[in-house]
Amino acid sequence: MLKFKIDKLNELFDTISAETPLAMPLEKAGEADYGRYEKGAKPALGVLKTVKSPKDLFFPQSETLMKFKTEGKNLAVEAPDENVTPFVLFGVKACDYKAFEVLDRVFLADPVDTYYQSKRNAATIVTLACSKPEESCFCKVFGIDAAAPLGDVTTWMDETYLYWQANTNKGESLTEKVRALAEEGGEDAVAKQQKATREIIDKLPFSHLDLSYFKENGTKEIFDRPEWKELSEACLACGTCTFVCPTCQCFDIREFRSAKNEVIRYRCWDSCMYSDFTQMAGGNNRTTQMQRYRQRFMHKLVYYPENNGGLFSCVGCGRCVNKCPQKLNIVKVAKALGGKKHD
Amino acid sequence: MNKTEEQIVKRAAELLDNKEVDKVIGWKKGEFCFDPSPAAFTSSDELKDFVYNDFCGANLSKYLVNECKSGGKIAVFLKPCDTYSFNELVKEHRVNKEKVKVIGVECHGKLDIEKIKSKGIAAVTGAEESGGKVAVTSLYGNAELDKNEVLLDKCLTCKGKKFAVADEIIVLNEMEETKNDRFSGVEALEKMSEEERFAFWKAELSKCIRCNACRNVCPACTCNKCVFDNNASGVATKAPADTFEEQMFHIIRAFHVAGRCTDCGECSRVCPQHIPLHLLNRKFIKDINRLYGEFQAGETDEGKNPLIEYRESDAEPSSAVNGEVRHA
Ligand code: SF4
Ligand code: SF4
Ligand code: SF4
Ligand code: SF4
Repeated sequence: MLKFKIDKLNELFDTISAETPLAMPLEKAGEADYGRYEKGAKPALGVLKTVKSPKDLFFPQSETLMKFKTEGKNLAVEAPDENVTPFVLFGVKACDYKAFEVLDRVFLADPVDTYYQSKRNAATIVTLACSKPEESCFCKVFGIDAAAPLGDVTTWMDETYLYWQANTNKGESLTEKVRALAEEGGEDAVAKQQKATREIIDKLPFSHLDLSYFKENGTKEIFDRPEWKELSEACLACGTCTFVCPTCQCFDIREFRSAKNEVIRYRCWDSCMYSDFTQMAGGNNRTTQMQRYRQRFMHKLVYYPENNGGLFSCVGCGRCVNKCPQKLNIVKVAKALGGKKHD
Repeated sequence: MNKTEEQIVKRAAELLDNKEVDKVIGWKKGEFCFDPSPAAFTSSDELKDFVYNDFCGANLSKYLVNECKSGGKIAVFLKPCDTYSFNELVKEHRVNKEKVKVIGVECHGKLDIEKIKSKGIAAVTGAEESGGKVAVTSLYGNAELDKNEVLLDKCLTCKGKKFAVADEIIVLNEMEETKNDRFSGVEALEKMSEEERFAFWKAELSKCIRCNACRNVCPACTCNKCVFDNNASGVATKAPADTFEEQMFHIIRAFHVAGRCTDCGECSRVCPQHIPLHLLNRKFIKDINRLYGEFQAGETDEGKNPLIEYRESDAEPSSAVNGEVRHA
């Protein structure tokens, strides 16, 4: 194991970013989100949860799929370069890392989404263990260990050091580039922090949330529960929950004509909470907010697991718990439906 | 249960049991004290989940737009500031006041859980206010904070404790007025150079994730279909063409609610990126006050706002731009 003095971190980031683009949580106008590190940027490593998750790096909120341009009788079609420059993604928490697995099963399944794949392949991911989880975290429910995240490199941070452990070949080659700044050691400090973190996690209010109801009951029975109406009543249909969620994966494909008279076909995040999400030529099969609300949670807790060997498509990051303006969230849903048995 | 909450629940139960109303709109307990959700209650049994505490910041008036569509009478609990939104909705014929019983409820300023957490307190399990202090319990230890430091922004610039409308009120303790200068934020922006101001808004607005929470919570935004959601409008956007395109959405929205915005503060409260949207609205309010005389949207449920009314004494648009003319 290696360790870097905290006051050397900027040097570490400068060294990495001199060679490869580096993305990490940065502070901007008071909020933390993943962004490209440049000299003078304000790393936000102390922030437990960025507003948006790092899925943005692989599945951006909006990205160009292709461009069309007509010149005379010729139609030129231009696709973005699939050779994405290798980059380093630093500071990913355990829950957000697990979310990549959820996304991979969608975007990397046949037919492979090459836009996503090229960015996934280009990334070396450095995770950062949590040391101060908060009440909205429930990663433990999904078997995630916040004190030992996976990734190409795993790091831990305390007041004096950043501890560094390479896990893969990609991680090793990144380590070689920064080794000169590091010292050896840190195993004891890491073990101590891990113990403390795990103790807190065990005490978190949602850590023992019981999701067995969703495994043991049929889709139709869960779908038809009368509670959905009451659960969704206050929903504003804003979609905040879906945009901040590391596993939400829905998108729309649209086109617009740019000032240069090209047609740009782009995709952008969409949300099942929106009224036009299921708008089709023949009409709309979800006409109430209750139906849309139900969809989000059925997808996370029932449909996705059904298609993916029981894996839930929630990783317990708690962002929707913190950010829903109406304080609705997946925990309240799980408790209301699963807390008591339906007769 | 606090005394005010007790009274509210008692009154709600009476109204439902006597069939004076079919539905009560209030707040429902969450997992903690700080995450109540707006909710409708149709029987007194359901009221066991009713809550009214320091975290009931949500303005319930907009729910009436939908609730009024179904038959029956509704009782709604509104804090003083929420009553202005109610009046504005009545004025715009979005809510039928004949169907609604407004019950004004005591308010001493609501707390902001995100501000509490930003004091470095993680894993909060409870927070209770008394005598200007907030006692916070967390898995990492307890802390005591000054209430003023963790009030919702909208409560720091409270409009006052008057109910603009109420059929009855439940106020057990005197509500102290909050001293504030609500235009100080706007003045600070006005003092900036154009470049500084542009940089300020660019940094703020480029955080926007276009979730539309600000629009959807806004009592002044009640169009059945917003132009930004209308695929046929040609301006429906789900993705910005550049990182600052969001300014268009926000500027258009601020113009659209100008003269109707009551400064309820809900937009800034719900923004997941903490963008100070109220500064845009308040700039309009400040200019309206300057050009046409003091005006508070929602003060009454009838009449026209200065932007849609013509008076000969109205300021000329040019003087508005030059900032010379003040209302006589
Ligand atoms: S559903 Fe909520 S808690 Fe689960 S991964 Fe998404 S944002 Fe996080
Ligand atoms: S964040 Fe809350 S209010 Fe907004 S769409 Fe999601 S559940 Fe509904
Ligand atoms: S609530 Fe905030 S992030 Fe969402 S659209 Fe409004 S300003 Fe943007
Ligand atoms: S614009 Fe903001 S402050 Fe004004 S009425 Fe709407 S939510 Fe309230």
